[in-house]
Order: sequence, then C-alpha cells, then structure tokens
Amino acid sequence: MSVMETMKLRRRHTRRASLFERDLVFASLKQSIVMLNPVTMFRNPVMFVTEAGAFLSTLALFHDLARGAGGVGYTLTVVIVLWVTVLFANFAEALAEARGKAQAESLRTTRQSTQARRLINGKEQRVSSDDLRQGDEVIVSAGEIIPSDGEIIEGVATVDESAITGESAPVVREAGGDRSGVTGGTRVLTDTIIVRISVSPGESFLDRMIGLVEGAVRQKTPNEIALTVTLAGFTLAFLLVTVSLWPIGRYFGADLPVPTLVALLVCLIPTTIGALLAAIGIAGMDRALSANIIAKSGKAVELAGDIDTLLLDKTGTITIGNREAATYHPLPGVDRDRLAEAAMWASFGDVTPEGRSIVALGEKILGDRAPVEIPSATVIPFSAQTRLSGINLPDGKQYRKGAADAICGLAQGNGHAIPKKLKASVDDVARGGSTPIVVAEDSQILGVVSLSDVLKPGIQDRFKRLRAMGLRVVMVTGDNPLTAAAIAREAGVDDYIAEAKPEDKLEYIRKEQRQGRLVAMMGDGTNDAPALAQADIGVAMNAGTQAAKEAGNMVDLDSDPTKLIEVIEIGKQLLMTRGALTTFSIANDMAKYFAIVPAMFMLALPQLSALNIMGLSSPQNAILSALIFNAVIIPILIPIAIKGVRYRPTGADALLRRNLLIYGLGGVIAPFAGIKLIGVLLGAVGIL
Amino acid sequence: MSLVLSLSILGACVLLSWPLGRYLTAVMEPPKEAPGIQRLFETTIVRVTGSAAAAQQNWKSYAVSMLTFNGVMFGVSWLILTVQTWLPLNPDQMAALEPSLVFNTVASFTSNTNLQHYSGEASLSYFSQLFALMWLQFVSAATGLAALTALARGLSGRTMLGNFYRDVLRATFGILLPLCLVVATLLLIGGIPMTFKGAAVAHTLEGLEQTIARGPVAAFVAIKQLGTNGGGFFGPNSTHPMENPGFFTNVIECASILLIPMACVWMFGFMTRRVRHAAVVFAVMALMLAVNVGAALYLESAPTAALEGLPVAQQRGNLEGKELRFGTGAGPLWAALTTATSNGSVNSMHDSLNPLTGLVPMIGMWLNVIFGGVGVGMINMFLYIIAGVFICGMMVGRTPEYLTRKVETREMKLALLAILVHPLFILGGAAIFAATPWGAGTVNNPGPHGFSEILYEFSSASADNGSGFEGLGDNTVPWNTATGLVMLLSRFIPIILPLAIAGSLAAKKAAPENTGTLRTDTPLFGFVILGSVVFVGALLFLPVAVLGPIAEHLARGIR
Repeated sequence: MSVMETMKLRRRHTRRASLFERDLVFASLKQSIVMLNPVTMFRNPVMFVTEAGAFLSTLALFHDLARGAGGVGYTLTVVIVLWVTVLFANFAEALAEARGKAQAESLRTTRQSTQARRLINGKEQRVSSDDLRQGDEVIVSAGEIIPSDGEIIEGVATVDESAITGESAPVVREAGGDRSGVTGGTRVLTDTIIVRISVSPGESFLDRMIGLVEGAVRQKTPNEIALTVTLAGFTLAFLLVTVSLWPIGRYFGADLPVPTLVALLVCLIPTTIGALLAAIGIAGMDRALSANIIAKSGKAVELAGDIDTLLLDKTGTITIGNREAATYHPLPGVDRDRLAEAAMWASFGDVTPEGRSIVALGEKILGDRAPVEIPSATVIPFSAQTRLSGINLPDGKQYRKGAADAICGLAQGNGHAIPKKLKASVDDVARGGSTPIVVAEDSQILGVVSLSDVLKPGIQDRFKRLRAMGLRVVMVTGDNPLTAAAIAREAGVDDYIAEAKPEDKLEYIRKEQRQGRLVAMMGDGTNDAPALAQADIGVAMNAGTQAAKEAGNMVDLDSDPTKLIEVIEIGKQLLMTRGALTTFSIANDMAKYFAIVPAMFMLALPQLSALNIMGLSSPQNAILSALIFNAVIIPILIPIAIKGVRYRPTGADALLRRNLLIYGLGGVIAPFAGIKLIGVLLGAVGIL
Repeated sequence: MSLVLSLSILGACVLLSWPLGRYLTAVMEPPKEAPGIQRLFETTIVRVTGSAAAAQQNWKSYAVSMLTFNGVMFGVSWLILTVQTWLPLNPDQMAALEPSLVFNTVASFTSNTNLQHYSGEASLSYFSQLFALMWLQFVSAATGLAALTALARGLSGRTMLGNFYRDVLRATFGILLPLCLVVATLLLIGGIPMTFKGAAVAHTLEGLEQTIARGPVAAFVAIKQLGTNGGGFFGPNSTHPMENPGFFTNVIECASILLIPMACVWMFGFMTRRVRHAAVVFAVMALMLAVNVGAALYLESAPTAALEGLPVAQQRGNLEGKELRFGTGAGPLWAALTTATSNGSVNSMHDSLNPLTGLVPMIGMWLNVIFGGVGVGMINMFLYIIAGVFICGMMVGRTPEYLTRKVETREMKLALLAILVHPLFILGGAAIFAATPWGAGTVNNPGPHGFSEILYEFSSASADNGSGFEGLGDNTVPWNTATGLVMLLSRFIPIILPLAIAGSLAAKKAAPENTGTLRTDTPLFGFVILGSVVFVGALLFLPVAVLGPIAEHLARGIR
C-alpha cells in the first residue's frame, strides 16, 4: 500500500509542479541548446529564420572584427540577443516537453516489470510481465499487481487504480458486462481473478500514455499546421519588407548594416507565437492528462473545441445514480397504507438502492405499523425475463412489484382484471419524470409507487453554460419517453433519446453529423463501441471494456461521465491560447516599427527623429530595446502558453471581445511601455 | 464647403448602391421569374455562344476560361495597337507605338489598370481607343464582376461556380452597357464631346493656330469611371476640359467611380444570402473611405511648400496641380476615391499634393480593399477576411470557420499567397528601381519625393489602379516592361487563388452556426476585418510610407 501511496503522491505532485521547477528548468536549458540544430529548427519556420538571421549577424560581427570596424559593441549585443531569442524559443518547447516527461516518469514507475502467473492449460507458470503476449491468461490474487492491460474472464475483485487515476477509493471489476477492463499496474485488493491480456508488450495503455506525454509520437495537429503555414506567410512578408529596405536604403545613401536589418526582421516576424506554438500544443495534451484524460492524439484535443453536440448518459451525469421512492398512488378503493405495506413486503428481498428506498419510505410513512422482514419468506429475485421481483410469505401471501406491463401480465395470467385507473396513474407518474413501479398483492394490483430521479446539484447551471458556449446537450436514457421528457425539461437539456439502445445512439450521432455537427459522447460498454467510434470525440471510461477503449479517441481514467465537459473546455482553451498569442505577437509590431524604422534611417533622414515617440536615446538604443523586448516577451508568456489563456464558458462574441481587448489592444500598447522601459534601463546601465 | 459636397456625393453613392446591388444580383444570377427581356437575353447568350456558355464550371475551368478569354482579348488588342496606322477611324494619322509601350498599354487595359505611359490624343487612333482600349475597359470590368459572382457562388456552398462566358456577357451587356449609356448621356449633356471628327483647328485672336484634340470622349469617359478603369481619352485624364468640363460632370464622374464597387459588396451579400455580413463589410470599407477622404481634404487645406514665400494667397489651401474650375476640395476627394477603388483617373496632379495628402492615395492602393476595383475589391477583402477569421476565429475556442466552413491549411496558404503578391510587387519593384538607374534615373525630384514617385508607380501598377504620381519619366523600356508584368500578375493571381479557396471551401461540409460560432454580422466582426486589413495590409507598407511621404513632410518642418 505504501508504494502505491507514494506513487500517487508523486504523481499528484508533478501535476501541481510549479511552472519553473529547478530540475525541469535545468534540463530544458540543456535541451534548448541541443535544439539549435538547424534540421530540428526547420520544423518551425519563424524560429528557423530567426536562427538564420542570428547566424548571418554573427558572420557580420566577425567581418567587422576582422576589419577592425567601430561600433562592434552594438553588433555584438545584437548578435547575443538574437541567439538568446532562439534559445528562449527552444526553452519554451523544451520546458513543456520536460513537464510532460516528468508526468511520464511518474507513470513509468508503475509500469516496471512485475512477476505474472500465466495459465497454460490450467497450470500456473511464473513469467515476467514483459513476456506476456496478447491472448495470454494470467491469474491475479489479492495484493498482486495486474501485469498488463486485459479483461477479466473469470471472477470479481476490488481493484485499487489509484496509481493511474489518483483516486484512492477501490473499484469493483468483474467478468462479463461493462466493468471487466483492468489496467496493467493497478493492484487487486480482494479476491482472485483471471485476466486475458489484450495487448502486446510495449503497447499497453500505460506505454501509449507515456509515449503520448513524452511527445515521442507528437504530430502537428491540423490547426497547428495551418497556423504554422500562416506564420510562415507572415515571416515571408516581413522578410520581403526587410530585404527591400536594403536597396531602398542605397537610394537614400544609407548603407544599412546586416545586423540592424536582421534585428528589424526578427522584431517583425511573429517570434512570440512562433516560439510558443509547440509549447501550447504540448501543454494542451498535458492539461488533458492533468484532468486524468488520455487523448490518443493531439488532434482529438484540438477537435474537442469544435464539438457542437454532447451526448450525455442520464444516469451518473445528469442525475445522481440512484432513484428514490417518492410517492404512493393507490388505485381507487385501496388504502395508501395498504399499498405502502405491500410495496415494503415486495421490496424486502430487493437489495438495489431503489428497493431499499421503497422500504425506507414505507418505514417513514407507516412508522410502528411497518411490517418486519420474515427470514423464512422466499425471495423472488428480479430477472430480465419476468421483469418483476417480490416475496412469497410462509402464510401463502405473494407480493410482487415491477414495470406496469410485467405486473399486468401477471394479473391477467391469474384471472384478475386490470383496473381502469391504472394506466392514467402510471402515465401521470411517468410524465412527472419519475419511474412508475406497480405493486400487486396476490396478483391483485394495488397501485403505483413512483421512483424519482434526483438531479445532480448545479447541473442546470452547467447546461446553461454549455448552451452559452453553443453546445447542444442530448440526454441518453433507457427511460420511457414520458419520463425522459420530464427529466430533460427539468435538467434543461436540448434533446433526449429515450429507451435508448446502442443503435439509437449510433443513429443519432450519424444524424447530427449529417447536419454538419461534431458530436462527442462517453461510453463504457462493448455495445457502445460503434457509437464511440462514430462520434467525433468518443471518450471511453477506463473502467469500461477494452473494445470501448479501443473505439474511442480518449480515455477517462476516472470514469467520470461529466468529464466530457472538461474535455471540451480544454480543447477550446488550446485554440484560444493559440489565437490570443498570435494576435498579441502581430499587434506588437506597431511599437517595434516606431522604435526601429526611424532609428535605421536617422543618419540619412534626420527629420525622422520626430517619429521617435518613445524618446529612445539613440538609434542603437532603440533597435536594441525593441530586440530585447522581442526576446524577453517569450519567457514572460511561457506561463500563458502552458497554462492556457483564461477560459470562461460564454458565447463566441463575448470571448472574442475579451481576447481582442486583452491580447489585441494590449498587444499594441504593452510593447510601447516595455521598449521604453528597456531603453531607459539600457541607458542607466550605461550600455548605450 | 468641399466637405459638404464630398459627404453628399458619398451619401448619394451609398444610397444608390443598394438598389444597384439588387440589380447586379438579378442580372448575374437571374431569378426564376425573370422579366421577359432578361429571359430573351439569356437565351440569346446561349444561342450565340453555343456550348461554351452552357456548361457549369468548377473553379479550375472557370479560371481557365477567364484566362483564355482575357488572353484572346490581350492578343487582339495588341494587334490593333500595332497596326493602327492602317486601320480605319484614324483621322489624325497616328503611327504605330513602340513595342514595350504597346505591351504596357495592352497589359494595363486588360488588367483593368489603365496605367498610361502614353497620351491618347497624341498617340492613338479613334479605332484603337474604341475597339482596343474601350472594349477592354468593358470586358476587364466584366471579368471582375464575373469573378466576384463565382466567388459568391462558391461561398454559398456550390462547387460549380457557374459559367465564365455567360457571366462575362451578363456583366457586359446587362450591367455595364446600360449604365454607361445613362452616364455617357449625362456627360454629353454636361458638355463632353462625342464625335468621330479629327482634331479641330482653331485660329486664335493672336493669329496663332491651335489644334484642339477631340473624339468619342463621352462614351469613353463613362466606362472609364464606372468600370474602375481610369484610363483617360486624353493624357491629362479628367483634368482635361474636354474630359471633365465643369462642376456637373465632375460630380457625375466622381460618383461613377464609387457606384459599382459599392454595389458589388451588396451583390456579394445578396448572393451568399448574408446581407448583414455584407453590411458589416460595407461599413468597414465606408469607414476607411471616410477617413481617407477626410484626411485628404484636411491635409490639402494646408498651403503647399512649392509656393512658400511667393506672393500667392494660400488661405484656400494647396492649389498647385489643381484645376481652378474645381477648387482645392474636388482634387483630394477625387484622389481619395480613385485610389480607394482601383479606378486611377485623376482630376488633379497627385505629384503636387502636399506630402501627407500624397500618402492618402498610396494607402488606398496599398490596402486595395476600400471598395476596390469592380468585383475584385470585394475579392481582395475576402482574402483579408479569411486571414482575420483564421486568427480571431481561434480566439473563440473553435477551429476557424467562415460562412459555416472550416478555414484550414489549404485556404490559408492560398489566401496568404494572394495577399503577398501585392507587397512583393510594390516593395520588390520599388526597391529594385530605387537602387538602379531604371528608376533613380527617371525621377523628377531627389530624395523622399523622388522615392514616392517610384513607390507610387509600382503601387498603382500592383493595385491595378492606373493613376500616376506623375513627374516620373515612365515611358522607358524598363518601366513599361516591369509595370506591364506587375499589372498582369497582380490582376490574375489574386482572382484565381480566391476562386481556388472558394472551390475548396465549397467542397467542405457546412457546420450549423450556434452561439459558439464566430458571428460575421456584428460590429465586433467589423473590428476583426479592420484589424486584419490594418495589421496584415498596412504594416507591410509602414517603412516605405515613412521613407517617402512622411519623411518629405517632416523635412518641411525642419526647413
């Protein structure tokens, strides 16, 4: 247990690790020098151009030194700042990667190879978990670690999954059904199970997860590619501006030095976003992981922001899992207490939360008159065929409760008439959003007990916010249409699928997609797999079956149905961060122009000093201030890149207005102040 | 006074543009219940052109047809100008032109630019004027209308963009010809000549002989103004008393510059069924136009440096280079309008504008989206909208989309290429010519003003504007060749690439809009467009603006 605890703590710790932790920073600094390799840099056109410029300026510096030209101090400073700019960009990416790696490291500790007991023809054989192949069967007992991902084929056990989910409460996993999946690295707490391994070594869930967070399999996402192309376009445009200034300078009799031109170029091209773009993408995956969601690709996280329709299961997401007995609806001529008593009798053998709640309600209503359980009674358990349950007392009394049609069938079979008022009563309850349970004594129908769904607290507000974001929320439930409609109304969802079968979900998703909508859903069972695969974002619960996990493009380690909402917010935040920093980067150019362009031509056209609105002390001071601002803004913005810009679930217009004000207008104003400040500092230090 | 007049002209154009936009839409996209005459016209088109105009074209074949058509027109006009000596309607016995000038002139008129390195009255026969140049003035403007129609069709989700030949005929005969008939008649009433007789010879009181050039001017001027062409019948363009005799014709010609480009924005809105979106675009363009006109009027009310110290009363502002019959205000107004749209006609000498006033026309041409050329102004704006939507679209937390379709790598690649063409030619051209005798040897003034002359010429060519800063000795082989090439490339690349974008967008699935989608019909979106134009378009030209007009202006302060 203690190993698990420490592991969990470590993991939590990494998740909350402060941005600039010493170890990470140190590793990232080293990495950022390694990344100077032009072949690596080429992936990022903006920073590649910056590096080429730095290289060119270095050559110019050596040329100046060789000639013994004056003003070497200025050139040297430009060269240093240019290289630092490139290093800052590399650092941002390296830091984001290092944070991912740190998370991976804590996962890797759970993955260390363990001893497994493989079953071959019923015989146990001890092997290393690394030797397990797909299809192997292993036996795992209490206290042992499950060697690899698989499905329980025999037995039921409680499993501690805290190593993966960070959640300390153990979960029940059992063969058959939708809770049969187990993950390698988790520990069995009680009982013994036989697990069929479903992955080959190195491809387990943890392996893939580690690969993803380490960025080894990181591919640029579609929007990232489009943005890279856009930034390359801007770079090309400003390259054009800068290159054309050299011959134009000749016309004015000014011989513009290469380092100065490079300084202008590097200031103008969107280095800020160019430097942070990779970090933003990595951090997006990282944020998903911090929410205990493993995205199978960065593309999935990005796509999450575009989701239009959300399919949510009613139970566990919209309502608290258990329904509770709420009211009695006795038929005419039946006393309420008689109905309550019969319902209690019929529920004594029922250990489900619903059954217990009927007993509890009866006890509350009847008080001392409530019947007491008789041990010698025969319990008739619920079965899928009869769809009713109840009890046979030793004195021959038979109590039954169940769905209306099941009880009606029973009554008719025994020659009892169906009371006329029953249908109205049942429909009333259903329309009110509750589930009607019909109670019979010796096949004679007494009345209806309503089981009410309890909405999760705050769910209406949550849906209101989702609607503000433009999402359509669809409730999926096995309830009948009347009940579903009532709960849908109460919770405030846009649509519902009642009496939902897996095919219904699939068909609904297809229908939405035909209208151009992107659909997200969450599922766990094998029969959810087609719908999970069809949905644009399919989040499988970690507790679910292997088939479901394979079909979805994300897995939620906590198996928490409300996670979908978080996934969407992470996707949106990722895109917003990209847009905001791009806007900021381009908006900065205005101030940089005012610093550099007059400075460049000050000698040839002295009248341009009127444009020096920041009052920078000399042309060299102006150019360096702009260039230094351009460099230091990169590390300053790393926290925003990694944490993401602030996200509020509001409509598009409100988001845009806010971001335009902060990053657009702010991006125009901030550099004026920043450059001036750096200019004053440079003067005070006495550099220029 | 000039402010009131300017505002009334602008206001009248805005009011007229709405019904005209409806008319344009009805002609380019005939409604099911079209009036009889239009149905007759449509069937005639099909009968005359046969199968060519029948087929529906995707963006590629539409673009190919457009290039083929313009190529043929280019060749025919070249031929006419080369052999004009032997052709009819040549009462003043005009000789053949120098080859590079022919290339420049034909390129200029094919590309709807009408940059003129010649003087019509001294170099061209009436036949050349009418059947080469005026014909090109019609079909080049019609090409722009057709292209915008195709773009609008693509953006409303059709992968088949219509048929170029049919569209170009609709635009020529259904829109330009009737409108020109009206305007030409008005101009005729205003006193502009319309004759096939050769130059008149007058004997002055001093006993001297004076040759007065004339010709079929009224017809020529109508399409020159309406089709954002700008190429004058006479060298001095609308400063010439036969091309723009007085107040009345000046108002008509001024309004004609703006009418169709403004109506094009509405047409785009009607065709894409996004009238509110079009209204936002229109408002942004109108705002930029108002700023340009206001700045020009204000800056030109200051006296000129040229007359400083001379015994000339300058309290009415800068009168240098202006026609006295129009006063100081009409010149800067026209200068702002003719460069905001890609018209390029002039009624004053832009070279003589005060330095900062001279920046206004340059800004108009650099942005090239303030209503812009017939059809193409809105197409250019579309490119900036795509760029703005891409960056700002992300800020609402979705992958960017425009009119329900996703803007992705391919669209951005094409849009940026199309946007980059413009600064490439202006900055690249100005840089090369400023640094070499090709340009530096032809300027009329040293220093920043001379640089402005070079810069202006390339801006005008690349914006397919056609106005000249003048002062530049531009009828040389390097100038003719370079600007000729620039005009052709910067005309057709920014038409073809947007069509490709439309084709690519149309092929995508439309996503329904909801409150999470970036809305394109709000004032906020207007800011997005404005920001896109200012930051993508204007930042590229800030350094050269500083080196040319701004440096010249600041130098005045020093002196």
